[in-house]
Amino acid sequence: MKSESKKILIISYIVIAAFLLLTMRLWQLQVLQGSKYRKLSEANRFRIMTIPAPRGILFDRNGIPLVKNSPYYCASIIYGEFDKGKVDLLSKVLNMPVEEILEKTNKKGLSPFVPIRLKQGLSFSEVAYIESRRSDFLGLIIEVEVSREYIYGNIGSHLIGYLGKPNLSQSKDPAFGDVPPDAFIGQWGAEMLFDKSLRGTPGERVIEVDSLGREIRMLREKPPTKGKDIKLSLDINLQKEAEGAFGEKVGALVAIKPGTGEILGMISKPSFDPNLFTKGISYDEWIALTRDKKNPMLNRALQSQYPPGSVFKIIIAIAGLEEGVITPETKINCEGGINYGRWHFGCWRKHGVVSLHRALVESCDVYFYEVGRRLGIDKIYNYAISLGLGKETGIELSKERKGLIPNTKWKQKNKKSPWFLGETFNTAIGQGYVASTPIQMAIMAGAIANGGHIYRPTLIKDAGPVLLGKAKARPETLEIVKRALSGVVNEPGGTGWAAKSQLTIIGGKTGTAQVIAMRDGSKYLPERFRDHAWFIAFAPVEKPEIALAVFVEHGGHGGGAAAPIAKKAIEGYLKIRNSK
Amino acid sequence: MIHIDRRLIKNFDWITLSVVMVIALIGIMTIFSATRPLIEGEHPQFYIRQALWLMLGVIALFLMVSFDYIWLGRFSLYLYIAGIILLIAVFIFSKAGMGAQRWLSLGHISFQPSEFFKLIYIIMLSQHLSIMEGPISTISLFRVFFLIVFLPFILLLKQPDLGTALIILTIFVTLMLAKGLHKKIAILFVIIGLISLPFLGNILWEGLRDYQKSRLIVFLEPGVDPTGIGYHISQSKITVGSGKFLGKGYLKGTQGPLRFLPEKHTDFIFAVFAEEWGFLGSLLLLFLYLVLIRRGLDTAKNARDDFGRFLALGITFMFSTYFFVNVGMTLGIMPVVGIPLPFMSYGGTALLSNLLAIGVLINIKTRRFELFH
Repeated sequence: MKSESKKILIISYIVIAAFLLLTMRLWQLQVLQGSKYRKLSEANRFRIMTIPAPRGILFDRNGIPLVKNSPYYCASIIYGEFDKGKVDLLSKVLNMPVEEILEKTNKKGLSPFVPIRLKQGLSFSEVAYIESRRSDFLGLIIEVEVSREYIYGNIGSHLIGYLGKPNLSQSKDPAFGDVPPDAFIGQWGAEMLFDKSLRGTPGERVIEVDSLGREIRMLREKPPTKGKDIKLSLDINLQKEAEGAFGEKVGALVAIKPGTGEILGMISKPSFDPNLFTKGISYDEWIALTRDKKNPMLNRALQSQYPPGSVFKIIIAIAGLEEGVITPETKINCEGGINYGRWHFGCWRKHGVVSLHRALVESCDVYFYEVGRRLGIDKIYNYAISLGLGKETGIELSKERKGLIPNTKWKQKNKKSPWFLGETFNTAIGQGYVASTPIQMAIMAGAIANGGHIYRPTLIKDAGPVLLGKAKARPETLEIVKRALSGVVNEPGGTGWAAKSQLTIIGGKTGTAQVIAMRDGSKYLPERFRDHAWFIAFAPVEKPEIALAVFVEHGGHGGGAAAPIAKKAIEGYLKIRNSK
Repeated sequence: MIHIDRRLIKNFDWITLSVVMVIALIGIMTIFSATRPLIEGEHPQFYIRQALWLMLGVIALFLMVSFDYIWLGRFSLYLYIAGIILLIAVFIFSKAGMGAQRWLSLGHISFQPSEFFKLIYIIMLSQHLSIMEGPISTISLFRVFFLIVFLPFILLLKQPDLGTALIILTIFVTLMLAKGLHKKIAILFVIIGLISLPFLGNILWEGLRDYQKSRLIVFLEPGVDPTGIGYHISQSKITVGSGKFLGKGYLKGTQGPLRFLPEKHTDFIFAVFAEEWGFLGSLLLLFLYLVLIRRGLDTAKNARDDFGRFLALGITFMFSTYFFVNVGMTLGIMPVVGIPLPFMSYGGTALLSNLLAIGVLINIKTRRFELFH
């Protein structure tokens, strides 16, 4: 019996050792690694879903919505509930190939209880049809998504912009850290500029799921915060009228409020329909847009720079009066051109003896050749710069170009040769090296209208004016110029007669850019040798509320092509203003 | 045959009975929690059925205590023959569950003959060992093996019920060791074992079903297949570990009801308990099993005769093996072998036969001072 007791004692020891082993293992799992396993058990059962925040609405300056967040419908399938034998029938109902359904549902790692999106952007009739057949297909659901709808389509698209999926560098940028992976963000225009405010903060829903991914219950929910609505400075009525007036022409328009620098309208033609982008642009559509020779994705209002033509005579007039090389009474005889050395500098008409007023009204080149000669290029340069040319205007939109105002230093540096008087003649009538963008011209028009103030242009209504500088011009000088520009439109023989309005008194100046190479040479070689048309304007002359610049590529003479557009834009704006 | 006197009541092993009852009630509580529905719906009846089986089992236990266990030895051969017939009957009349034929259906109740067979087998083996004199010789060893062990072992492997088959083998080896072998035989045994191990291993491997093979592979290399069979092991570890020191609280466990843990109310019930009661609760549960096993060994030590001692040892070995393999599997230190945790896992036949076995233990303990009848 003693040996039996000894055996049982040994067995007892083995049993106790085994218990100790289990205890140690329990200690390891539950105490030492407990936190890790607790997290893993929670990762098992929590599914975190982001609730997208409704994006802020963009309004025009009068409170008219420019965009809508409109629902669009997707057909999705909860594959775990779906009877796979009915896939042929489903393909008929959804009007999509069986292979496509199988491809979307056969991805690895998909939970069978998370809806898989089969078809997006269903039309109402499709939704109605699918809904009527839905009882035949267990697991088929219609999901509602919100997409951005641009109410006015092409109108103002460069300014309003569009949404798109974050690109590679954006998805790595911490500034976009709170953007859900599937969400669209602003990729152009105001949508991009104010994306952070418009975006809002997505909400979150924590759902408890079982091992098959079936939803058991909602544990907590943080509602999304809607993005901020933004009132743009844009006037959609002006924009519509002006774009209508543009028709099929290629070019740009920028209209500002002279007293503040707010952008009232901005056109770049041809434009694009931002609605193409909101549901994910197809590859073909994108290629068509980017390969279009007329380049609809280029914002010409900021990015095309051309010689301003006769519009530049305004600068020469101001400089001449300020420097005292002329007075309003100074008379110069135009015999249809002047000769300088071997060259002939022509005028477009034989004007006879003209003073400054008539010279601007009839756009006499000879008068300004002479004023330019008396000033010299470097003085012209100073005045042009003080009116906002030759540098960026500082608008919030990116990729703005600077234009060019030449002087002797620039010539020496870039062309390695001295400045010639003939080049001053060219510059005095806005040809040659000088180049400016439509937005610069609009700022200049605004400065003449508002007493010489250069404001930074802005897209936001009531942003508060930011004064960037002051034109080198006394009020009397500007007054003389303004009266002359009113004459351009309203006096007989004025080149801008086409802008004459029954509604208001418009002042303006025509310009015709000869199609010549500049800067990078061949880059701007024209397709056709037809001139570009400019027109700058403001109205009403007595107390200007709008100033603008119109540019029409290959439009021919500024008075013919650009002035009517300016008139339409001004009338469109003032009609709404006066009706209020 | 029924013999109730004061001594019987005085010597009755109340501790073993209480410990078993506490474990069984914890089991029913845990089954209730593990099977509770999370989306609205009826609570599955598992816990009620288990409670009914428990009541039936307690009655059976008292019946088992009511007569002297010596009668078990006297009827052991008939019991054994009946048991073998039932095992064979399984092949003829069974309904397959989980890819294995283990069940016999009697009207509304189905039961697993293999559960009862284990007890019968221990009785048979103990009876045989108790009438042998001195250490076992080679011839008697082989005789015992081929007469008693081999046939049921093969039958169980064929069901296939690998768990029970291995238990049968384990009990055989441990009882042989308890009886005592000649040193020569023991050495010979070891040598033969070592030589035939690769060969036997191969035969065993070939005899395994695919799911059994993959369980073994995954146990040896858990990273191989995290969503397949390895999923059982990793989810079981997550379930146990996530309980941390104090547990998530009763009815607060998530792994079972959300179905991340498979076999939550049967083989992996310990994990569900550990998740809700934490390290502290698990330690208490382990302690209860330790008391039970210690009581079993104590019963064997103080048994009035050899038959009682082998019987008590056999039953205790059986419970110990079940317990260590099941908890070891749950904690990821043993391969996943589908065996239940005695008294806790859901399963009527197992609970009933385990309570009968406890009845035998209590019988032996209670009658330790009695004379032969």
